[in-house]
Amino acid sequence: MNFGFTEEQDLLRAEVRKFLDARSPLEEVRKTMESDAGYAPGLWKELAELGWLGLTIPEAHGGAGLGWVDLVVLLEETGRTLFPSPLVSTTLAAAAILDNGTDEQKARWLPSLADGSRIGTLALLESQDVLAPSGIALLGKPDGDAFVLTGTKSFVADAGAANLFVVAFRTGPGAEDLALGILDGGAPGVSATSHPTMDQTKRTGTLTLANARLPKSAVLLGADGRGAPGRAWPAIARLFDRGAIATTGEMIGAAEGALALTVQYAKDRIQFGNPIGKYQGVKHPLAEMYVDIESTKSLLYYAAWALDESPAEVPRSASLAKAYASDAFARIGIDGVQLHGAVGYTAEYDIQLYLKRSKWARPTFGDADFHYERVATLGGL
Amino acid sequence: MDFKFSPEEEAFRDEVRAFLATNLPPGTNKNDFAFLAEWNRKVREKRWVGFSWPKEVGGGGGGIVEQVILKEEMSKAHAPPLGACFMGLAWVGPSIVQYGTDAQKQRFIPDILDGKYQWCTGYSEPGVGSDLASLQCKGVRDGDFYVVNGQKIWTSIAMWSKWMILLVRTDFNTESKHDGITCLLVEMSTPGVDVRPIKNMSGTSMFAEVFFNDVRVPVENRLGAEGQGWQVTVSALASERSSIAEVTAMFRKLEELKELAEKTRRNGAPAAKDARVRRQLSVFEAKIEAMRLNGLRYLTKQLKGEPLSSETSVNKLHRADLEVEMGDFALELLGNAHQYLRGTDEAVDGGRWASGALNWPEVVIGGGTPNIQKNIIAERILHLPKD
Repeated sequence: MNFGFTEEQDLLRAEVRKFLDARSPLEEVRKTMESDAGYAPGLWKELAELGWLGLTIPEAHGGAGLGWVDLVVLLEETGRTLFPSPLVSTTLAAAAILDNGTDEQKARWLPSLADGSRIGTLALLESQDVLAPSGIALLGKPDGDAFVLTGTKSFVADAGAANLFVVAFRTGPGAEDLALGILDGGAPGVSATSHPTMDQTKRTGTLTLANARLPKSAVLLGADGRGAPGRAWPAIARLFDRGAIATTGEMIGAAEGALALTVQYAKDRIQFGNPIGKYQGVKHPLAEMYVDIESTKSLLYYAAWALDESPAEVPRSASLAKAYASDAFARIGIDGVQLHGAVGYTAEYDIQLYLKRSKWARPTFGDADFHYERVATLGGL
Repeated sequence: MDFKFSPEEEAFRDEVRAFLATNLPPGTNKNDFAFLAEWNRKVREKRWVGFSWPKEVGGGGGGIVEQVILKEEMSKAHAPPLGACFMGLAWVGPSIVQYGTDAQKQRFIPDILDGKYQWCTGYSEPGVGSDLASLQCKGVRDGDFYVVNGQKIWTSIAMWSKWMILLVRTDFNTESKHDGITCLLVEMSTPGVDVRPIKNMSGTSMFAEVFFNDVRVPVENRLGAEGQGWQVTVSALASERSSIAEVTAMFRKLEELKELAEKTRRNGAPAAKDARVRRQLSVFEAKIEAMRLNGLRYLTKQLKGEPLSSETSVNKLHRADLEVEMGDFALELLGNAHQYLRGTDEAVDGGRWASGALNWPEVVIGGGTPNIQKNIIAERILHLPKD
């Protein structure tokens, strides 16, 4: 029985924190989030060299071969400083290939995702924003050795930066007629743009396809011999779980960042002759933030462990973590700004960046309603 | 991270399960006096009463992980408590083990383990609740005795107890109010002790006021040194922290709530199909699971030899929330039928949900109110200035 991190994981955390504190403090984050790219290509290369882009990619494919518990350590730290980068998107694209690809497909794409030369992302959702087979309408028409796709995928994280898209599409009208394949960002008929977002540290946009050809050799699952029919949806659902877990990792880090800023403010700000943190009206919401952060950590670490070691437990544990985190971080963002008083509302203070992050994170890979409903169903209700 | 138990630990779990299969077969009437007497004798023989206490005082000398396994299996099996002396086992005994003289250990520990009689706890006073260190009940040294005068209140099961662990102020002039407190062990039959039960809002009496009028307590019944009472108390309360058994009990309560949702109706459909009901039940599940996993993180810390401190307030807060909210949610599900306590078929499950919904203060207020737990977290973990 050991529900704690290893020395190596503690070391990884310390390294990431040191790197981000030195290279990407919030002043830098603010510059990056105003830039067109939305991330810092120089830092991206350094992340690749440090082995963090390919953290969960096997060594045989150019990665560090670590697990999702290690990834959570990394993401808590990138969340803490609101580090803007397509790290989560690329990791999830790699996971899609790792979970479902052939050896040849893995060899083809994973090394370039690990070394940062490709930026990957998931293109699963469409404009109706539904996490279910019915939410995937994009049709792939078979044409020789490829599927031809015309339509749009919505809410694609880092759409503007990515050049490898893991696309969920439909090969027929039935619930099981789904497929998952890889589209090259440079292929004819493929265009992607990020839109201006409330949380400028998280870019999101649209993937537009006009007679884009997705070669059958790039289908990961679901059609023409790549897996039995009906296997694509469970694979997509597993990707949602991975996405929920990765997102929750960044949420915890960001929530801790917001708590640290607000605690410091409560110690420094003097009213009625005392630091406001002396008053219970301020103290108690801060204590509640701590309770929620600690509890989310426990739920998340268990879910990440389940991904690595106990797959049957993933759906329930991922949903409990993301559901709890979605409600908690939303409240932490609001309370953080409110406890700062009027300055919390200014663009100059950093707390508002965390509030915006909480808004971004809540629906990403399912909000609390979605995940709690799933917990109810899984629990036999 | 590794959630597996070692082969030795698994063997211990098997031993507990085998014991339960033999000694608590399905259909056992757990309220039967003869059964309980036999149960108490057998678990005592296994040294599962006072399981973590040192062997030399008669405890089991068990490790932390085994203790968790034991509590978990007992709770899963709905087993009666391990030992009948609730407060004696929870904190009086551990305090005597740590601070008691050899004579005190010999006199009290075997009786606590055997469940011969009950102990009660004289901490709170009419003007002294959360701010316990301000207590005023007075103890004045007179030869080989302390003469106690004053009042305690909210003393659970005082009317059924033979002994009390009592905090008195023996010095009113110390710089810190914590330093003038002394811990005494008082026999409730001593002349001058007057117990008056208090009726609570559910119509029963679990606690009492206790008045002390020139009560003479022998010096040999002082626990720890004079003025050391605060230390004795703090370490006693710290020994009462594992939440594993509570978690199992709360998962069980959640299952009962789900059953209730299946058989009650909301907006013309089974309540279990109602979106808000489903969400609320899942929120409970998340909080209980968080408690379970928080507990395992704290356990890991203890196994690494790091002492636990204020972080256990996190689970106390969850427990308090759940106790209130789950009890109240049952009443919501029952609708108008929740009003009936007994005497009609319309009283669902014999009215137990209604009384359950009125008993939360014992859990929520006893041992530190939620507001105090939040102060503890804010001041000791977040290092905000003291109020």
